[in-house]
Amino acid sequence: MGYVERNTWSQVIASAAGTVVYLALVLPQLWSTPVGQIAWQWPMVWTILGAIVVSIVISILWGIGAGMRDPDEEHRADQRDREIEHLGDRVGQAFLVIGGLAALTLAMVQAEWFWIGNAVFFGFFLSAFVGGIARIVVYRRGMP
Amino acid sequence: MVKPTRITNTIRATRETAGMTQAEVARRIGVTRQTLIAIEQGKYSPSLELAFQLSRLFGVAIDDLFHYPADADASAGA
Repeated sequence: MGYVERNTWSQVIASAAGTVVYLALVLPQLWSTPVGQIAWQWPMVWTILGAIVVSIVISILWGIGAGMRDPDEEHRADQRDREIEHLGDRVGQAFLVIGGLAALTLAMVQAEWFWIGNAVFFGFFLSAFVGGIARIVVYRRGMP
Repeated sequence: MVKPTRITNTIRATRETAGMTQAEVARRIGVTRQTLIAIEQGKYSPSLELAFQLSRLFGVAIDDLFHYPADADASAGA
């Protein structure tokens, strides 16, 4: 597995883990607290920052392990990496648009901030996650 | 569903005949070893520029390195 593919795996794992933690913190409140009083802002900020840090840590540790096995490994993206990255971006972009449109619609109907913030959050998450999965599939199975 | 490319190649056999390693070929054409492996396995079709670099590196014609099935022209246009 190459350097860029490993980083993609790290980002996918970290973003999924961060979102699971966020849902575990916020979802239980939905049943017990009025939506307007749910404490979702800081859990969202911390899980986003946490996911970034976890992604970097996984990349570094994985990179150290890979470097010990193959000291000559190159730490750069080549033409294929860039093509796969663009493909992943195109796949993920759709979810970014869906999240933005959902947030816009919710704002128009004057929904709670909770729903608007979470629509944007899940748009970002799905964009990163599905785009990352698309990249991994292409790395494993080949370019379509 | 990801369809594999219909372009096949003889890069692995040509490389082995030339006595070169994947790492050496990858370094000389400016790609990572993983990309060369993907090209050899038919999971990635290189750009025309990379194809020319490979052909010059091995001293063979592009047509001897890469093959495209004759019926692919008809099905690609369908």
